[in-house]
Amino acid sequence: MSLSHAFTPGPSLVGGILIGASAALLLLGTGRIAGITGILGEALRAQSEEVAWRLYFLVGLIGGGAVLGRVWPTAFTFGVAGSGSKLLVAGLLVGFGTRLGNGCTSGHGVCGIGRLSRRSLVATSVFIATGMLTVAAGRWTGLRW
Amino acid sequence: MVRKTKRNLLVIGSGALFALGLAVSGMTQPAKVVGFLDVSGDWDPSLAFVMLGAVGVYLSVYRGLVARRAAPLYADRFSIPTGSQIDARLLGGAAIFGVGWGLSGFCPGPALVSLGAGTPSALWFVPAMVIGMLFYNRWGRAPRGSDG
Repeated sequence: MSLSHAFTPGPSLVGGILIGASAALLLLGTGRIAGITGILGEALRAQSEEVAWRLYFLVGLIGGGAVLGRVWPTAFTFGVAGSGSKLLVAGLLVGFGTRLGNGCTSGHGVCGIGRLSRRSLVATSVFIATGMLTVAAGRWTGLRW
Repeated sequence: MVRKTKRNLLVIGSGALFALGLAVSGMTQPAKVVGFLDVSGDWDPSLAFVMLGAVGVYLSVYRGLVARRAAPLYADRFSIPTGSQIDARLLGGAAIFGVGWGLSGFCPGPALVSLGAGTPSALWFVPAMVIGMLFYNRWGRAPRGSDG
């Protein structure tokens, strides 16, 4: 068992609580949903309404990452082996798929399920299932990309 | 401080707290995310605890505070998705997203945080993700105002 696969229920639960608190704070303060797909995707539309708050959120998120990368670099250590082309294809699929499906792990998985939305429960089940199938397919075929 | 300034600071703080939560939870380690999806191999169920913690807090605040308020603290109304339709777009989009997630171990939030941290793989992944979103914005159906 590699270190990256160590079972970490405690830190994962605490991190989840912080994520939930962040999303709850945004909802209580501004009435908005902390869905990263919607925030980034709508910020990229020039004619979109209310781009400003989305840019502020992205400043906090990416700026927070910049600070964390400095003070806690080991939080970003365990990458996935693979080529640049694999990452490019994955990025295209994630960008297009999350917009088409109207949300990702945060918008559907946290905020949607947190409102007991049936749509979000179904979407989350589907992307976890295809994610698991993708990883299983890589394992079974032994393909290195 | 004027209301709008308070709102903007709250939004920046929320974004930063989100980044911290992702880092603490292990979501900024793509290998750990793939480990969670690797049920047929060396399965690491840790990330189920991320969802448990996040949904638990969000559900409590939503039920306990938000549902009882007429308006948020620094805005005139709540913008909460109300759609309930399970359609091909929802299913197809989620299915496509899952494939990309399984290939890379990145979903949008951790990818952006990792971009900020300067993680090399995010420097490949995030521009491609932005292109995917722009492709949808340009050729997909007119986007809705809200997201779920």
